[in-house]
Parts: sequence; structure tokens; C-alpha cells
Amino acid sequence: MKPKHQRLLLAVIAVFALIGAGLIAAAALREEASYFYTPTTLASANVAPGKAIRLGGMVQKGSIVRAADGVSITFTVQDKDRSQKVAYRGITPDLFVEGSGVVADGRLGPDRVFVADSLLAKHDENYVPKELADIDMTSAEHTKDTLSK
Amino acid sequence: MHRFANPARFLRIAKPLTPWLLWLGIALTLGACLWGVFFTPTERLMGDTVKIIFVHVPAAWLGMGGWTGIAIASIVQLVWRHPLAGVSARAIAVPGATFAAICLITGSIWGRPTWGTWWVWDGRLTSMLVLFFLYLGYIALSNASSEKGDTSRVAAVFGIIGAVNIPIINRSVIWWESQHQKASITLGGSSIDQAYLVPLFVSVAGFSLLFSALVLMRMRTALAEMRIEVRMRRMADY
Repeated sequence: MKPKHQRLLLAVIAVFALIGAGLIAAAALREEASYFYTPTTLASANVAPGKAIRLGGMVQKGSIVRAADGVSITFTVQDKDRSQKVAYRGITPDLFVEGSGVVADGRLGPDRVFVADSLLAKHDENYVPKELADIDMTSAEHTKDTLSK
Repeated sequence: MHRFANPARFLRIAKPLTPWLLWLGIALTLGACLWGVFFTPTERLMGDTVKIIFVHVPAAWLGMGGWTGIAIASIVQLVWRHPLAGVSARAIAVPGATFAAICLITGSIWGRPTWGTWWVWDGRLTSMLVLFFLYLGYIALSNASSEKGDTSRVAAVFGIIGAVNIPIINRSVIWWESQHQKASITLGGSSIDQAYLVPLFVSVAGFSLLFSALVLMRMRTALAEMRIEVRMRRMADY
């Protein structure tokens, strides 16, 4: 075996070992490295009420209810299988609209309602010009108004 | 491959190629950015903020592509001992780090109005920041050993090990729930509307040509410096 082939073999082995190590590490991090719980993972995770966590998912259409004081809202976050009720008091981000993604910092209350301290909007991977948007006009108009302010 | 590993032949090709890559790259990049900013429609949810995509995506692509190039060149350097492989890996490092930084900065500027925050520690953002730090480490390592005159093997090993992060960045939004959205452009197609997709491809092409021109310039500089060093040594011997 020529030295060049020896080095090639060594490099190939090293690369495969690295890929293997990376995959093992990533698999081990699978649960821990998620940035938030979805309603489904939250339901199975057995998180104690009062513990600081993040919850993410889609804002269910028609679920946003604004209280009379103007700053308190409740809404439902859903994923494919489950949903979770959320209460929040404060200013919502511009992209916080029904049918769009949201990530909430907060904790589960004793009544299993998620009390959010802060909300971040989550944009999905679709980029659609405004004229072509087939979402209902109320939420589109709402976004335009808040963005132009 | 072997044919182009000869530095003299490389220089003969690289010299006339550089201005072409540079000016075509500048023209395409400027054209795509002007097109993107002034002649694309506003997005349904993000409004005009979407136009950051024409810098953010090429920067991310080149930041990750740059390290992939470093890793491939490092393997070639270690296995075949091609004289140009180490030079090219080192030439990629600084432009690669710059584009990784541009990706992080534009992403942060984009995140503030859309998500409501400059930064979160989710899988995608964190792994991209790690890539930027890897670049800094690589630059420091390859500069530290350059005094010996030979392109460093330690840096090459670091370049290969660091490549583990590239698939992690790519898969981060699929493996882990994250603030960053999932990939828009995959092998299966694109979920970006044509109105943004076409200027985006032009922009990626333009930035890539610019990147290639920068790498060729840096390689030629490195080769010229080596030649000067050899000549200085020879003169010192007399």
C-alpha cells in the first residue's frame, strides 16, 4: 500500500467516525435541544405547574379573545394533534395573527392554562406576495395596519 | 485535478479569471439587490422586511459552503499533499467568516420586526454562531502555524472536524423545534413565490462569483507571499 493510499484510508475512516459521532450526539440532543414544547410534547412531558418553559405552535383560527382592558388576551395554540390554552397580558408582536406560528415564554398555571410572560411570532417557510395571499382579509389587513404604524 | 494543482499553471488561469468573476459578481449582486428591494412585492405577513432575504440567504449559503470547501481542501491537502489545497483552504477562511457574520447580522435585523426579538438560542441560530466561532478558530490556528512556512496540518485537521457542524446547521430546524422556520428551498422544490425566488437565485449566483473572486485573489496573494519569502531566504544565504 502506497503512503498516499494509507492516508486516504485514514481520512475516510476519520470522516466516517466524525459523521457517526455527530449523528450520535445529535440523536442524544433530540429532546433536550428543542427550543419549545408543542402542545403534544407538553402533554406527554409531565411538566410541573410553575416551571418556566416555552410553548410553540400555531394560533388556532378564531381563538384570540381580547379582554375589555385591551391588553389581556387568551388564545389557543395547536399542533397536528393537540391544543393548549394560553393567557397573555401585554403587547403582541406584529406578526401575531390567527393561523400563524407563535412561541410563548411562560409557565403552566394550576388550572393547566399556560400563562405567557412574552410572545414571539414565528414565521413559516412560505413566502407569498401580499396580492396573492389566500388567507382571510381580516388577518391580512390587521397585519398591514400594524406594520405600517 | 492534478493538472490544476501546479501553482504556476494555477496562476496562469487565475489571473485572467479573477476580474471576470469579480465584475460579473458585482454586477449580478447589485442587480439582484436592486431588483429585490425595489421591484418585488411586499410579503403577506412580513411586508417589506422580506427583502433582507436577498442578502441573508446568499450569506448563509456562502458561510456554510465556505466551510465545506475548507473541509474538502483539507482532505485533499492531507491525503494527496497538493501544494494548492492548503493555500485554498486558508484563502476561504476570512471571506467565509465574513459571510457567516453577515448572515448572523442580517438574520438578527430580520428577527426583530418579524419574531419580536434580535436573538434566541434555538438550534439554528446557535449552530450558525458556532460556525462563525469555528471560522475564527481556524483563522487563528492557520495564522499561528504560518511562521513555519508550510501550510499547517493542524489547521487541516481542525477544518475536517469542524465540518461536523455543517449538517447540524442544515438539519437543526428539522431535528429540533426552533424559532427559525424550516427550509424554504429543498431538493423537492421551493415554498418561496417566484416573485422572490428568481432575484434570490440571481443574488446567490452574484455573491458566489464575488466569493470565488475573493478566494482567487487571496490565493494569488498567498502564493506571491510564499515566493517573496523563498527569495528573501535565498538572499539571506548569500
